[in-house]
Amino acid sequence: MGRLRSLLIPGVDKKLLVKDAARAMPDLARRRFIAGGASLGALTLLTGCDVTDSFSADNLLAQISKFNDAVQAAIFNPDALAPTFPESAITKPFPFNAYYELDDAPEVSGDEWKLEVRGLVDNKKSWTLDELYKLPQVKQVTRHICVEGWSAIGSWTGTPLRDFLKLIGADTSAKYVWFQCADKEGYNSPLDMRTALHPQTQMTFKFADEILPRAYGFPMKIRVPTKLGFKNPKYVMSMEVTNDYKGGYWEDQGYNSFSGS
Amino acid sequence: MSSMTISDHRPAPAAKVIQPAWVRAMHWANAVAIVVMIMSGWQIYNASPLFKFSFSSSITLGGWLGGGLLWHFAAMWLLMVNGLLYLITGLATGRFRRKLLPITPSGVIADTRAALTFKLSHGDLSKYNNVQKLLYAGIIVVGIVIVLSGLSIWKPVQLQYLTALFGGYDIARYVHFTCMALICAFLVVHVALALLVPKSLRAMIIGR
Repeated sequence: MGRLRSLLIPGVDKKLLVKDAARAMPDLARRRFIAGGASLGALTLLTGCDVTDSFSADNLLAQISKFNDAVQAAIFNPDALAPTFPESAITKPFPFNAYYELDDAPEVSGDEWKLEVRGLVDNKKSWTLDELYKLPQVKQVTRHICVEGWSAIGSWTGTPLRDFLKLIGADTSAKYVWFQCADKEGYNSPLDMRTALHPQTQMTFKFADEILPRAYGFPMKIRVPTKLGFKNPKYVMSMEVTNDYKGGYWEDQGYNSFSGS
Repeated sequence: MSSMTISDHRPAPAAKVIQPAWVRAMHWANAVAIVVMIMSGWQIYNASPLFKFSFSSSITLGGWLGGGLLWHFAAMWLLMVNGLLYLITGLATGRFRRKLLPITPSGVIADTRAALTFKLSHGDLSKYNNVQKLLYAGIIVVGIVIVLSGLSIWKPVQLQYLTALFGGYDIARYVHFTCMALICAFLVVHVALALLVPKSLRAMIIGR
C-alpha cells in the first residue's frame, strides 16, 4: 500500500482515478455474457430450428400426452364420485355442443334402432330401445365439463353401464369399451374399462326426466361424469368390448385420450 | 441504471456470486415453462373466453385448442417439478428467509417512493429492497395459486376438495386467469427492470 500511495499523483482525485482504472480493465464477465448470447443465437441460425413446426416437437408432445394418460389412470380413483348437485343448480337451457350444427345432428328412428354389442361379451344380442328402457334406471345431476373450458350442470337418467356390462357377460378385464355413434363423419371413442365400471358411468335415456331429445343424443348417450364432454358419446349405435386401442374421433386429432376430470 | 459510485466503502469483490447456479438454472427453466404455459393458456382460453375478448392467434401457442392443450399439459410438468424443487431448495438453504424477509409496510412505502423518484439504488444486487422483496415473495405465492387452481380445473373430480377450496370449477377458472394476469403484469415490470439494470440480467446468466 505504501508503494501504491507513492504512485498517486498529488492533486488527482483518487476516486476518479480508480474509476478510470476499473473502466480500462477488461470486463471478463461482460465478454462471457456477450459471447454466450452470440453462440446461442448462431446455433439457432445454423439449425434453422422452428420449435412449433418441427416434427420432433409434435412427437414429443404426443409422447407426453401418452405419459399423461398413464398418470391420469394412476390417480383415477374408481370410488371417487363426481360431485352431485340439487335440481335447482341445473343449467337452463343446457347447451347443445358438437362439431356440427344442431340441424346436422343425427336423426335416429327409435323404432328401428338397435344397440349392437360386439367383442369380448358372452351375449352379443342386439337391444331394442324398449328392452333397454326396462332395465333399472338411476338419475344423476352432475357437471358436464367441456374440453373448451365451459361447464354446465345437467340431469341424466339411465342404466349404470357396469350393470349392463354384467348383464351381457362382458369380459371386464378387457381394456376398453369402444363406442361407435351415428354422428356425421363417424364419431367414435374408447372408454377405459375402469371408467366404464365407475358407478356413475351411465347409459343415458333421459335428460331432465324427459326422453333424451335429439340435441342431447337420442336414442342413447353414454354419460361419463369423470371424463371431459367429448368423451361422452351421443347417438350411440354400438359398443365393443376390446383389448385393442381403436382410437377415437377427437383422440386421433390430438385431444388427450384419457381426458379424465 | 445509475453509474456505479466508487466510495471508500469496500466494493463487492468481483468474484462474489449474486445468483448461485441452482437459482439461475431454475430461473431459466421456469422462464421457458411460464412463457409456454401462458401462450398455450391463451390458446385454451380462446376456445371458451371468460371475458369479451380473445387473444390474437399471433401470440398463442398450439394452432388450435388440441395443440394448446398438448403444450399446456407438457409444460406443466416442467413448471411443477422445477417449481417444487425451487421451493424446497429456497426453504432448505434459507435463501427465501435471507433474501425476502423481513418485508415491512413502512419499508415498502419508503422504497416505492424512492423508486418512483428514481432514487432507489441498485448498487448491491445481492440485497433486495422492500418493493423487490414484496414482488418476489408475492409472485411465488401467485405461482403456487396458479398451479393449484390449474390442478383443480384439470381434475375437478379426483381433486374435488381442492376444487371446492377455490369455490368450485367455474370460479377456479377465474382464479387461474387472474393469476395469469398477475404474472403477466409482474413480467412487464420484471423484464423492463432487468433491461434497465443489465448487470442484474448478467448476474442471472453468469452468476456475477
